[in-house]
Amino acid sequence: MATYLIRRLLIAIPSLLGISVILFTILALAPGDPFSEMATNPNVPPEVREALRASFGLNDPIMVRYLRWLSNMAQGDWGFSFASRINVDDLILQRLPTTLFVVGSSQILALCVALPVGIYAATRPYSVFDQIANTLAFVGFSLPTFFTGLLFILIFSVTLDWFPFVYRSDIAATGWRWYWEMFRQAIMPITVLGLFQAASYTRYVRSAVLDVIRLDYVTTARAKGLSERRVTIRHITRNALIPVVTLVALQMPAVFGGALVTEQIFRVPGIGSLLIDAILANDTPVIMAVTFVFSCLVVLFNLIADILYGWLDPRISFS
Amino acid sequence: MKEQEIRGLVADVKEGTLSRRSFMQKMAAVGIAAPLATQILIWNDVAMANATLQYKPTKAGGGGPLKMLLWQAPTLLNPHFASGTKDQIASRIFYEPLAGWDKEGNLFPQLAAEIPSKANGGLSADGKTVTWKLKQGVKWHDGKPLTADDAVFTWEYAADPATAAYTTGSYKDITVEKVDTHTFKVIFKEATPFWADPFVGVAGMIIPKHLFGEYKGAKSREAPANLKPVGTGPYKFAEFKPGDILTGERNADYHVKNQPHFDTIEVKGGGDAVSAARAVLQTGEYDYAWNLQVEDEVLKRMETGGRGKISAVPSGDIEFIILNTTDPWTEVDGERSSVKTKHPTLTDPAVRQAINLLIDRDSIQKFIYGRGGTATASFVNEPKQFKSTKLKYEFNIEKANKILDDAGWKKGSDGIREKDGKKLKYVYQTSINAPRQKTQAIIKQACQRAGIDLELKSVTASVFFSSDVANPDTYTKLYTDMEMYTTTQPQPDPERFLNQFTSWEIATKENKWLGRNVSRYSDPAADEAYKAAQKELDPAKRAAYLIKVNEIFCEANVILPILSRTRIAASLNNLSHDHSGWDVDSWNIAAWYRS
Amino acid sequence: MAGSTLASPSADPAAGAAVSQVSVSPGRETWRRFRRHRLAMASTFVLGLLVLGVIVGPWLWPVAINDIDFSAQLQGPSWAHPLGTDDLGQDILARMMYGGRISLAVGLAAMIVATIVGVLIGALAGMSRKYADPILMWVTDLFLSLPQLPLLLLIIYLFREQLKAVFGVEGGVFVLIVVVIGGLRWMPVARLVRAQFLSLREKEFVEAARAQGATKMRQMFRHILPNAVGPVIVASTIEVSSAIIAESTLSFLGLGFPPDIPTWGRLLFDAKDQLDTAPHWALFPGAAIFLTVLSINFIGDGLRDALDPRRVI
Repeated sequence: MATYLIRRLLIAIPSLLGISVILFTILALAPGDPFSEMATNPNVPPEVREALRASFGLNDPIMVRYLRWLSNMAQGDWGFSFASRINVDDLILQRLPTTLFVVGSSQILALCVALPVGIYAATRPYSVFDQIANTLAFVGFSLPTFFTGLLFILIFSVTLDWFPFVYRSDIAATGWRWYWEMFRQAIMPITVLGLFQAASYTRYVRSAVLDVIRLDYVTTARAKGLSERRVTIRHITRNALIPVVTLVALQMPAVFGGALVTEQIFRVPGIGSLLIDAILANDTPVIMAVTFVFSCLVVLFNLIADILYGWLDPRISFS
Repeated sequence: MKEQEIRGLVADVKEGTLSRRSFMQKMAAVGIAAPLATQILIWNDVAMANATLQYKPTKAGGGGPLKMLLWQAPTLLNPHFASGTKDQIASRIFYEPLAGWDKEGNLFPQLAAEIPSKANGGLSADGKTVTWKLKQGVKWHDGKPLTADDAVFTWEYAADPATAAYTTGSYKDITVEKVDTHTFKVIFKEATPFWADPFVGVAGMIIPKHLFGEYKGAKSREAPANLKPVGTGPYKFAEFKPGDILTGERNADYHVKNQPHFDTIEVKGGGDAVSAARAVLQTGEYDYAWNLQVEDEVLKRMETGGRGKISAVPSGDIEFIILNTTDPWTEVDGERSSVKTKHPTLTDPAVRQAINLLIDRDSIQKFIYGRGGTATASFVNEPKQFKSTKLKYEFNIEKANKILDDAGWKKGSDGIREKDGKKLKYVYQTSINAPRQKTQAIIKQACQRAGIDLELKSVTASVFFSSDVANPDTYTKLYTDMEMYTTTQPQPDPERFLNQFTSWEIATKENKWLGRNVSRYSDPAADEAYKAAQKELDPAKRAAYLIKVNEIFCEANVILPILSRTRIAASLNNLSHDHSGWDVDSWNIAAWYRS
Repeated sequence: MAGSTLASPSADPAAGAAVSQVSVSPGRETWRRFRRHRLAMASTFVLGLLVLGVIVGPWLWPVAINDIDFSAQLQGPSWAHPLGTDDLGQDILARMMYGGRISLAVGLAAMIVATIVGVLIGALAGMSRKYADPILMWVTDLFLSLPQLPLLLLIIYLFREQLKAVFGVEGGVFVLIVVVIGGLRWMPVARLVRAQFLSLREKEFVEAARAQGATKMRQMFRHILPNAVGPVIVASTIEVSSAIIAESTLSFLGLGFPPDIPTWGRLLFDAKDQLDTAPHWALFPGAAIFLTVLSINFIGDGLRDALDPRRVI
């Protein structure tokens, strides 16, 4: 196991380098430039735009820029934002806590809804409960988050006036009041995101459980006189978890990467909104840093998922 | 109104037989807008009007927090690097210029003791020198006094090409000389009729020499004060998270008595314009939201809640269409839409005239923009003295059909007109923005009825407005038959704005498409009038030249103005605020108060 | 425990069919079982109606999709406009039928692309015990970490004109969108299939097939894939709805269809600001997407049950 781990981690280094080359090339070739806002302003002479491009090294060949980025990154210098003119790591660190809190909670919420509902629905396929759960799940993923988010705002903020819909990272209150305010402002984005995610998770869990529930060993377990509860949890769920682990591992990097649409709607200052602002402003150093961290997490969680497969089903081996 | 009559009225104001207000009204009646009228008065030594917002509180502080919502979040706080309005609004809370522009286009002193005029010796007779006096007793937030050295330094800082300041256009061609601790001179190379540009408004914010002195030129990006501003403004810096939130607290030493009213200020960014309006008008979570480019119907509905109100102020921004008279589909010397080519059909003036008749400006205003714009046929609309009174618009499908019939364009079997095998089929491009897509739909339908087929294309704004040389979809490339966008007029004077109608500004491959004349159309008469206006010190004659430039392009139907845009903001009912189309929304934030 | 499984599942439809007395082909057997699934049959009917509606509808309801009528802004359903009008007074029924062709086609085509690519890559990686797995997983990781927006802008900038020249305006955009959506969304399918393969390839029935000399291809497609199909069906049905919605996002980036083509996702997006006064505008396209997703899902469920011989129907 240990050698396997070390081998996988060693492979990860060249593969991440390869990914970074491709990311950098795409960003360098993608259309747009960071100084577009100046373009419509008659007061800014074209020479200034050119001087700025030169001072940020945008006129160098891609290869030179990539090597410069790589060597800086190796020394812990994440780069310098064109738009904010501060270091990229400061920008990301400012956004990280909020992102982890909001997106992380929504993932937990999604799993807390999806696992019990999916399993219960699968043990009673085509029952009334199953039908209702399915229909709600279909509604859940047919409606995009920009739509459900707006619906929530209209109902809970505008009509009922229960929750604020502008998320603030600096609540002035302290103590219990702080937690209360935090809860009030976070509940809508977390719910919107969590339920959207839960809808598809529920379908996967249900399908995975249905796949194993009729297998012979489950019947055997029941025949041995084990309680239904024990059969469901120990025998069915464990074997049905492989697709769920895969999906959760796919979603974990998003906990860092944020949720673009929801963050925009509720003005959550997360990494998703940092990324989209950076993309719209063509602030390449920020885009590169965020996507690169994201790809590291993708690789890492892929590895974790592989290890978990082996634990869930000991016959899977990676020697 | 004749030049002579204006002079008579000015004399009356000077003698006190005619009030300023009546003068303004008389000028407005003949189509001369307030900003120019003001300029006429200054030139003739009549003092400027006062602030447009009456400040009622009798003591500073006690107003609680002021919460502003900008749906584009500020990302930096150095006013000379501020790339967009969002950054300029944020830095204006901490920094101030010598003077700002109020919504009527009056120059209003902020750090200046008074507005220069010929009477107070501020303006030289040759139009080359302006002498500014700084207000006494102004302190930076760290307690150091403001002096003429700071102003001179601001010029050195912004003029240095290595600093790469966005404001450099206002400073690179002038020299600044210190006279005494609180007086300095701005010297222009040529006689400059519009002198109120350096140290004024958006580009004019003065920065402290003692904090930025070491960070001039190439080192400018390392200055700690870039992120922790120390200015002279009504609020002191507290905290800033780029792209998210900015907070400040009241400056107890502010140089205007009893101001500011609020104890703290918060500027939150992000989201979209519709929900920003909602947070003010419907839920009241915020006091003020800016630049609401939202369909008016939606805003009106939100206003019915009774919590907040919309205010619109005129600006010089114009939404317009360019008809490309060069050929966008043939490549010559590595560029399309080259001035060496001719458009196969749009070079026919009849076709251009017909298209102009097919734009239903009134409906576009009534059903899409509402208070956000006024239908117009003139490229320059504000200040009013620069607006052409001759240009008129009309929406008339029959007339367009007749013009095309007469010019020999016959409808083919597919309903599209053609002549000599050339069809009237165009690609009509704009940036992505809901009102623009609706405008496209309205124009497309009208053109269809006249046998002109439009293919609609929309480009994401970050690409469309970029200066990326490699991208074919930028607005300056004009690789399309028709193009629509809004161009901004930053000052209440259209001289620099109108350089987009001169032949030397044509965007070509040679100047990397950075030229300001995107239409590629040129006319020697327009060039000549423009050059004459640059030197003319008499405001009335100068306005006449600039109007001529505008009319030449609009009458050629190359530039089809659609709407003169206004700036729209939402505020809570109890907030008294003061925003201006000639300066940023926070230009006079010290005077805002809650009643 | 999986390891203690006494009997191996024999999910090969061929094996199931061989047991029955009457000789029926596996395809017919599946169809017989599918027909018994009432919800799936009803869903096939609904989906058929939707498809028929968008194809035949525009002839039966010949109202122009871009007929602007300012006197009829935001009207609710009426005889003149059965589904009401939008804020330019355009007829929503006509627009939905026109846009529905594109939405349905994009949704289904992107689903097919994503599923085929995902299943192939997942299956190859899951079967491989040597180099194919790390290489294919590297490609998957790469695609997962690509920043989609700049990538899309790049693709459109590089390929739009060429595709437009070959397939025409709408055809070119259609090919582009299907390739883009399908090409950027196959990764979850690949990961799911690979995970299923890793587990299934060690099961007894595969070993039995291997012992009988079945080739790798045969093991993959005849023995393992039918057992791994559960999550694939769920993933591909979810894909339909996300493709329909993703199409509207693309058109907001200027990457999709021209702005005057009213696809369902776009109608929903346009309607959102008027949600409180004109809910019908959002309701109908929303319901159309929902019905499509619902029926495709039930068809998926029916297929799955029909393919699983252990399920008694």
